Amino acid sequence: MKLHELTFSEIRHGLSTGTFSAHDLVESALDRIESVDSSLNAFIRVRDRENALAEADEIDAVRVRGGKLGPLAGIPVAVKDNISTRGLGTTCASRILAGYDPPYDATAVERLRNAGAIVVGKTNLDEFAMGSSNENSAYGPVRNPWDSNRVPGGSSGGSAAAVAAGEAVLALGTDTGGSVRQPAGFCGIVGVKPSYGRVSRYGLVAFASSFDQIGTMSRDVEGAAEFLTAISGSDHRDATASDVDVQQYTSPVTGDLRGVRIGIPQESIGEGVDREIAEAVQGAADAMRSLGADVDTLSLEHSKYAIASYYLIADAEASSNLARYDGVKYGHRASGVGELDEIIAKTRSEGFGPEVKRRIMLGTYALAAGYYDDYYLRAQRVRSLIVDDFTRAFERFDAILTPTSPTPAFRLGEHVDDPLAMYLSDIFTVPANLAGIAALSMPCGLSGAGLPIGLQITVDRFVEPTMFRIAREYEAALDLRLRAPDVNGMGQCG
Amino acid sequence: MSVRTDDTRQIAALARLSFSDDELRVLTGEMKAILDYMAHLSRVTLDGVEPAFSLLRCDNVFREDCVGEMLTPDDALSNAPDRHGDLFRVPAFLPKD
Repeated sequence: MKLHELTFSEIRHGLSTGTFSAHDLVESALDRIESVDSSLNAFIRVRDRENALAEADEIDAVRVRGGKLGPLAGIPVAVKDNISTRGLGTTCASRILAGYDPPYDATAVERLRNAGAIVVGKTNLDEFAMGSSNENSAYGPVRNPWDSNRVPGGSSGGSAAAVAAGEAVLALGTDTGGSVRQPAGFCGIVGVKPSYGRVSRYGLVAFASSFDQIGTMSRDVEGAAEFLTAISGSDHRDATASDVDVQQYTSPVTGDLRGVRIGIPQESIGEGVDREIAEAVQGAADAMRSLGADVDTLSLEHSKYAIASYYLIADAEASSNLARYDGVKYGHRASGVGELDEIIAKTRSEGFGPEVKRRIMLGTYALAAGYYDDYYLRAQRVRSLIVDDFTRAFERFDAILTPTSPTPAFRLGEHVDDPLAMYLSDIFTVPANLAGIAALSMPCGLSGAGLPIGLQITVDRFVEPTMFRIAREYEAALDLRLRAPDVNGMGQCG
Repeated sequence: MSVRTDDTRQIAALARLSFSDDELRVLTGEMKAILDYMAHLSRVTLDGVEPAFSLLRCDNVFREDCVGEMLTPDDALSNAPDRHGDLFRVPAFLPKD
């Protein structure tokens, strides 16, 4: 077995027994990036080899002399390029931030470094995290390691592809409407959107502030859980980062889900969902039942309104957050015009791509006098009903199972001319963001065409331990060791 | 509600974006399709339902009012498209007289 094919648990074991070193791991990740990333395009910038290896050597030296090491010591990690990393640039995959180097690290980055992880590079994304396919990047699309003709999902498509292809062991993504979970599902890995407030947003470039959360990605549940433990917790630099105690999210497999109540919304396995996806989710529910869980159906009455509510509110918040790109303090500034208003409009029109402009326009519309009550305010009131649906559901159930997406990874170009069709692919992921609750996507099988199918496990706010427990037991019971086809001769499925 | 090209033009001005006439026509069609879809929210009964502006179950977060870590002027200006000493420089935008 090659190093880049190992899971986080296997890697941690190998490091502690001295089977390989942090140096070997970082070298393997950088070699892998060198050999496959020209096909995948998962990275926007890769860390300087000498610096990354020097960091690994320091960790190896501490290990040799029996010193204390962090829980992620020596683990190669990729960071989505909308999360600030001082000295490594942060572009949000936008021309407007080309060349921008943040003067500080995001809190999540500071914490992963404190835990001993080694950043190997910054990953590609849909511009400003707006998209579900990673086709809206100024740095070109990312390709799915399972099939080069298909999208890796978005917006954290680079992070998902990097982890699936073994270019990094773990990755940070961000999830505003499903941007960690949907690409994790499309690429056959584990992706976590924590509860709103679980991870500090300091240093995360804002898109929609009432939804944005940084999340973790890994080839196994253990890695996603350990990574989340390391980056969670309150932060005086982000007042929305909660002081609810951070628990150790990892724990041993027990083979037991007795007493766990799991609900499946009828709407999520019916019309509009690929049959083989509905069957895979049913199969997962059956497996959980055999582990002792109580499984029943439920209805989330207002979930059919989630897409409309989410896109109106998220775009409204985006139109406000992105007003800061005016070419004055940082980023691109247009030349050749005189008046300040003209400079600002030209700067923004040159710097933003089509999807970002479309969302700023929709958000501005929803907030404009005359439309505010009918669009923005109504969407916020519908959001209350969606929150209430979940509150009622969690009185009866500990967790809710759905597909992560209604289809497996779609083809590049399939939805680019139809923004609404692209938005509708987020039907199962946006409700968790609207309600601020936690959800995880993990593989639950392969489609007939050989593409990964994602299973979503949703829990109430700050009930991550239950989410990880279910995921861990199901992962062990399924024993589905997914490996993307050899990326050099990347597969092309049906 | 129907979106016309003139509405799109007005929204673009508010959003500080400029578009060619062709771009505006395409954008107007896309916005119309998306907003038509959003209109199904009008079917929801919302009597007595308050908006969910914040999901945070706390009132406020306080800290001591004291000086902490901060960016140096050089850090803050390090990405400026143009600077003059410790200031961000922009082209003149006030009339000279």
